[in-house]
Amino acid sequence: MKHTFYLLVENHQGVLARIAGLFSGRGYNLESLTVGVTSDPTVSRITLVCIGDDMIMEQIKKQLNKIVDVIKVVDITYLPSVNRELSLIKINAKSSQRGEIFQIADVFRAKILDVGQSTMILEITGTSEKIDDFIALLSPYTIIELARSGLVSMERGKKLKKE
Amino acid sequence: MKKTGAKLIIEAMKKEGVEVIFGYPGGSVIPIFDELYHEPSIHVVLTRHEQGAVHAADGYARSTGKTGVCLVTSGPGATNTITGLATANFDSVPIVLLTGQVIRPMIGNDAFQEADMVGISRPVTKHNYLVNDRAHLGQTLKEAFFIANSGRPGPVVVDLPKDVVNEQLDDEYPETISIRGYNPVYVGHAGQIKKIAEAIKVSKKPVFYIGGGIHISGASEIFRKVVEKTKIPTISSLMGIGAIRSDHPLYLGMVGMHGTYASNMAMTETDLIIGIGTRFDDRVTGDLGKFAPHAKIIHIDIDPATIARNVTVEIPIVGDARQVLEKLMPLLHPADIDEWREIVSGWKKDYPLPDEEGKEIMPQRVVKEISEIFPEAIITTEVGQNQMFAALYYNFTKPRTFLTSGGLGTMGYGFPAAIGAQMGNRNKKVIDIAGDGSIQMNIQELATAVQEGLPVIVAILNNGYLGMVRQWQQIFKNSRYAATCLMRRPECPFHCEGKAGSWCHLYTVDFVKLADAYGAVGMRVTKPEEIKPALEEAGKSKDKPVFIDFIIARESNVFPMVPPGAGINEMLLGKEK
Repeated sequence: MKHTFYLLVENHQGVLARIAGLFSGRGYNLESLTVGVTSDPTVSRITLVCIGDDMIMEQIKKQLNKIVDVIKVVDITYLPSVNRELSLIKINAKSSQRGEIFQIADVFRAKILDVGQSTMILEITGTSEKIDDFIALLSPYTIIELARSGLVSMERGKKLKKE
Repeated sequence: MKKTGAKLIIEAMKKEGVEVIFGYPGGSVIPIFDELYHEPSIHVVLTRHEQGAVHAADGYARSTGKTGVCLVTSGPGATNTITGLATANFDSVPIVLLTGQVIRPMIGNDAFQEADMVGISRPVTKHNYLVNDRAHLGQTLKEAFFIANSGRPGPVVVDLPKDVVNEQLDDEYPETISIRGYNPVYVGHAGQIKKIAEAIKVSKKPVFYIGGGIHISGASEIFRKVVEKTKIPTISSLMGIGAIRSDHPLYLGMVGMHGTYASNMAMTETDLIIGIGTRFDDRVTGDLGKFAPHAKIIHIDIDPATIARNVTVEIPIVGDARQVLEKLMPLLHPADIDEWREIVSGWKKDYPLPDEEGKEIMPQRVVKEISEIFPEAIITTEVGQNQMFAALYYNFTKPRTFLTSGGLGTMGYGFPAAIGAQMGNRNKKVIDIAGDGSIQMNIQELATAVQEGLPVIVAILNNGYLGMVRQWQQIFKNSRYAATCLMRRPECPFHCEGKAGSWCHLYTVDFVKLADAYGAVGMRVTKPEEIKPALEEAGKSKDKPVFIDFIIARESNVFPMVPPGAGINEMLLGKEK
């Protein structure tokens, strides 16, 4: 089972290493990790996607909470939330193929960021599944480079209680 | 008034009540040692290895409940502390370790004696810091002491670049701190505590299962009252030993791989385990599939991550053991479990610990004699058979008197820990029960004990083997003693069968001469009747450490023993049973 956590952490040097080290040291399966500063410059927000059974997820949550620099841990998996990932994809694109590629991009609401002599760079934002599907559709054109940001998540609506 | 970082560090030590620092100087910490030179209220113990310094601070902390403090230099000085940190981290021991670091502009440049101490120590500490701004030094030290000795205690590293230590600033050591991500829960949930009382009321075969958390939270006294009130049989982990008298009628002894028959059987037959300050370690549970098959488990611990990690828990309670027990006490009534008490008493009576006697010295007897002659000593151990003999055969009566590396199982822990314990308990007898293998792991600390005039007794159970590994080889590898004979010489047969021959040199390390060489007292005991007089003589030493080299039976074993992968009720009981 895949779980998504978001963490609020002190914006200190080495915090990311502490969190990544927890996963490597205890053998937890970490699928993606994204980090960026919040509206409070002393706090960073981390989104983690990990895989495991309920018992492992409970341990991960507890172990993350034990880290002194971690202010809050929320398992967002079952909460109504918005989940987004960004991907940049560079593909081989002969001039004869560009029309088809534009059409696919249009359907997926992807952006064309760069068009070269024989390559194109596309940007897509969405759920991980949408990006997977988009990549699958583009694969016949030969993907030269692929960069995925990892997931960022946020609960929907106004928070009703203090977490 | 402006002051250097080094001066602020000394101010911090004084305000934190630090009386003793265990350390080893080097280039990057010279300014701090120089400040200590002018500070008579803080005693600096110069160990002979940084690992010894951390174990000594650990022994000081475990025996006193105070925070142990260490000061070492950068690079190798810092990396030498890792085993000590991991030992303390596993067993929840409060230590603040100050490590030197190269000057800030040189960090990351592979400078002389540089090591990424924050990176290296991260997995084996509760928390760690690199102080890269002199203005943060006071705050960081305050946080370090607070984190080390609150919640579930543990070691904290503060890495100090030399230019931070030398930089001057007009600041004071802060009085208070607040860490928004660190809020240990001490008070257990009232509703959950009520559930414990209800569960006890309906249980027919309850047991208390206690661990090191009882010592750490100072819960021994209230726990004894709880036991007296409920009359529930009590089982201890290795770390819980001493929380209740070993000879208490309701105490069944240690549980697990070398647990007593009564404890292991009670754990298997019980219908309710009330686990307090313990983590259901794999050495305790044996095969998890066979562990306590009929039991409902209550787990009280200050560390939520410990609860339900290894076993399924029905009533979890996050909180400090003492505070939870104080709230629980008024809700309890004597348990109506006469039949269960009779059963466990029967196990205790019918299956006592093996009491081997013979012409040779048996290690069990050495420990029992130590127990009789020094009934209220602080006992430290190394790791292996010596540790198990001490745990099983010494009659512990007080908390914080059994200091042993439970989680990490660190050979070489006992002797420096004894030095630390003696530094914190000048009027108590401190005895390290050691093996001839493990004592050699930190034997250089003999110089420290001599220098400090500490009358620590080291009882070496000398069988010329790495005893516990040899025991496993005997039982599970058909007596193929691969690389466990410490007496092996070039003239020995390639495949030695472990039988003493003309080629054997019993005193491969002459511990008596070695003690003499360091300026300590050395004794050798080769006959059972010499054990008592030697211990009595050693007890007279007031200002010198004493090594007693007990030449014990070469192939004595620790029983009961649970084979790896078996259930804890599937014990090997030794030749008697």
